[in-house]
Amino acid sequence: MALFQTLKTAAGVWNPLLWLIALAVAIGIGLYIRSRGRADSRQGPAREPFISGNPEPENAGAHIPATNLYWGFTEALKGWYQKLLPIHTGVLTDYVAWFLGVMALTFIIALAG
Amino acid sequence: MTRLFLALPFVTVVILIILGLGAMLFKKNLIKILLGLSLMESAVNLLLVVIGYRQDSVAPIFTNVPSGEMAMPTVQALTLTSIVIGVATSAMMLSFAMVLYKRYGTVNVLEIRKLKH
Amino acid sequence: MQTFLISHLPALLVALPLLCGFLMPVIGRAGPRVRNGWVLLGGALTAITGLLLAIQVLRFGPVTYVFGAAHTTQTLAENPAAAFPIRIMFEIDALGALMIINTTLATLAVIIYSVAAEAKQSGLDMFYALFYLLIAGVYGMVATGDLFNFFVFLEITSLAGAALVAYRIDRGVAVEAGLKYALLSTLAALAVLTAIGILFGQYNALNIAALASRLQFTPLDKVALCLLIVPLAMKCGAVPMHFWTPDVYTTAPSSVTAFLVISSQASLYGLFRVLFSLYGAMLSWATFGWFLIILGVLSAFIGVTMAIPQKDVKRLMAYHAVSQTGYMLLAVGVGLAVLGNASALAKFGRAAIAGGLFHIINYASCKGLLFLTAGAIFLRTGTRNLNRLGALGHAMPVTMVLFMIAALAIAGIPPFNGFASKLMIYQSVFHFSPLLAIVAMIVSILTLASFVKVFQALFMGPRRPEFANVREVPRPMLIGMSVLAAYIVIAGIFPQFFVTRMIAPAVNALLDRAGYIATILGGI
Repeated sequence: MALFQTLKTAAGVWNPLLWLIALAVAIGIGLYIRSRGRADSRQGPAREPFISGNPEPENAGAHIPATNLYWGFTEALKGWYQKLLPIHTGVLTDYVAWFLGVMALTFIIALAG
Repeated sequence: MTRLFLALPFVTVVILIILGLGAMLFKKNLIKILLGLSLMESAVNLLLVVIGYRQDSVAPIFTNVPSGEMAMPTVQALTLTSIVIGVATSAMMLSFAMVLYKRYGTVNVLEIRKLKH
Repeated sequence: MQTFLISHLPALLVALPLLCGFLMPVIGRAGPRVRNGWVLLGGALTAITGLLLAIQVLRFGPVTYVFGAAHTTQTLAENPAAAFPIRIMFEIDALGALMIINTTLATLAVIIYSVAAEAKQSGLDMFYALFYLLIAGVYGMVATGDLFNFFVFLEITSLAGAALVAYRIDRGVAVEAGLKYALLSTLAALAVLTAIGILFGQYNALNIAALASRLQFTPLDKVALCLLIVPLAMKCGAVPMHFWTPDVYTTAPSSVTAFLVISSQASLYGLFRVLFSLYGAMLSWATFGWFLIILGVLSAFIGVTMAIPQKDVKRLMAYHAVSQTGYMLLAVGVGLAVLGNASALAKFGRAAIAGGLFHIINYASCKGLLFLTAGAIFLRTGTRNLNRLGALGHAMPVTMVLFMIAALAIAGIPPFNGFASKLMIYQSVFHFSPLLAIVAMIVSILTLASFVKVFQALFMGPRRPEFANVREVPRPMLIGMSVLAAYIVIAGIFPQFFVTRMIAPAVNALLDRAGYIATILGGI
C-alpha cells in the first residue's frame, strides 16, 4: 500500500504511523501508572494550588501578558535586538535602499565570480 | 560616428534610470519618489523600444514600406503592455498618496512610518 | 465536450478566475446572497480546474498550451517557421503542478472563509473582483512558459495584492502598507522587465525554453540574471529585503494575507525556475547556491528572532513567514550548490530540494491556517494585541484546536506535515554543512517557543469580562480553515505518499533543464 510507506530522507527514515503507535503505547502506559495511584491523593488540601506558600492570586492577575513571557529571552539578547530593531525603520526609502544594495552586491558577485 | 549615434539611446536610458533611482533614494517627498519611479518606467520602456531595432532594418509599418527587412514589432507590443501596467500602478500609488495625505497630514516618507520594528 | 474542456484546462485556469472577478461588480447588483453564491461557484470551478490540470500533469507528463494556435498543443518543433518563438505559451510541468495544487488548496480555503469573514464589510463586489484578479495572477505566474507573460502576471498579482492590502483604509495604516508593497513590487517588476529586454535583445526570444536553449551566458546574461533573481527574492521576502513583509501581512484582511503568502511562493517558484530551468548548470552553481543559502539562513534566523518580541499577533506570524521562507531558500540553495556534482546531488542534493519543495506546500497550508485563525480572533475580539487578548479557549475551542495544529506543524512537531519536510531539510543539509543544519534546528526551536507564547497569550487563562460576548466564528470560516488543517494532518501521517506522487516529479522537473526545453522545442 503506497499510502503507508516509510519516508526516506537523506540519512534516515520517518514513519508517522509507527510513531503514532508508539505514542499510543506510551500514553497507555502513562494512564496505567496513573490508575495504579492512590485515589485519595486527589482530595483534600492536595487539590489546592501550592505557590511556595503564597496565597493564590485572583483570576485577573493569574494570566501572564505576552510581553512578560519572554522578557528573560529578550533581555539576554539585548545586544542583538539593539542592533536589529533600529534597522526596521519603516521608512520607504530605506526599503528601496536595501533592495538596491543587495542588487548591487549581487552584480559584483555575478560579474566577478 | 554612427556607433556613437546608435549608443545614444542607451546612454539616455542609463541617465534616466540613474535620475529615477536618485529621486527614489534621496527624496523624502512621496510625490517626488513616485515621479522617480515613473521616470524609471519611461527609461525601461525606451530601452525596450531601442532593443527592438536591428541594424539595417526598417520600421514594421506596412504603408509605403521601403525595401529591406523589417524589425520584429514584438518589443513595441511589450512596451504598450508595459505602459498600460505603468499607468495602472502610477494611478494606484498616487491615489494611495492622496489617502495618506488625508489621514496622516503629510507626504514625507520619514513621517509615514506607523508600521515599524 | 469533455475532451474539449480537458484540452483547454490551462487556459481555463486563468480565464475562470478572471471571468469570475470581472463579472463580480455586475452580479453583485443582484444582492449579497447571489454574489456570495457566485464567489463560491467561481472558487469551486477554479479549484476543480486546478486539481484536474495538476492530476493530468502528474499522470501524463508536462502540458503545453499555445494561445491563439490552430491546435493548442503545437510545439515549436512542429512549426519550424516559428523562428521567433513569440507566441504566448503555458508550460506546466510537475513543479508547476505542485504550485497549482498549493494555490488551489489556498483558494478553496480562503474563498470559503472569506464569504463568512467579510460578510459584514462594505464594498465587497470590488473586494472579490480584486481577489479573483489576485488568484488569476498567481495561477498565471506558476503556469506560464513565457518570460514576458510572467512579468505581466507578476504585475497583476502586485496590483491586485496592493489594492487589497489597502482596501480597508484603517486610519491610513493599511494604505501605508499598500503603498510600500506597490512601490517595491513595481520597482521589482521594472528590474524584471529590464532583464527581459536584455535577453530579448540578444536572443530574439521570450519563451523560457527557447531562451534557455539559446543562452550563451555572456556578461549581459549575468546582468539579466541579477535583475531577475534579486527582485524575485525580494518578492518572496528574503532578508535583508523582507521589510515590507510584516507591514503588509499585518494590515491586510486575514483572508488576503493567507493568499499573499501564496503569491510570495509564486515569486519563489519564479526564482527557482530562473535559476534551474533558464540558466541551469551554466551559471556558477556554487556561487548562486551559496547566495540562496546565505539569504535563507539570514531569513530563517533574523525572521524568527524578530518574531519573538512582537506584540501584534499577525506581525509575529508575518516574521515567521520570513523565517520559514528561509528554510526553502536554504534547502534549494543546498541543491543548487551541488548542481554540477552528480554524486553529491544524488546523495543529498535531491533530498534537499525535495525537502524545500515539500516545505513550500506544507508551509503555505500552516501559515495560511495561522493567518486565518488570527483573522477569526480579530473578527470576534476586534484586537490583534497579544497583551490585551487572552482566555479565548473557553469561547473558541475549535479555533484553538485549529491554531494548535497549525502552530505545531510549523514548529516541526510530529506527526504533522511540517516535521516531515523539516526532517528532510535537516538531514540533507547536515550532509552539506552540519553548521547550517544546527542553525535550522535552532530556528525551529525558537519557532516553537514563540508559538507557545502566542498560544498562551491567546487561549489560556481564566475567563475575561471584556470577552464575555465572544463566540465561536461562523461555520463557513471553520470549514475553510479545516480544509487546510485536513491537508496538514493527512500530509503529516502519509508523507511518503505525497513525496513520491507530488514532490519527486517536481524535483525531477526542476533539475531536468533539457527536458523542460524539449517539451517546447522537441527532442534534443
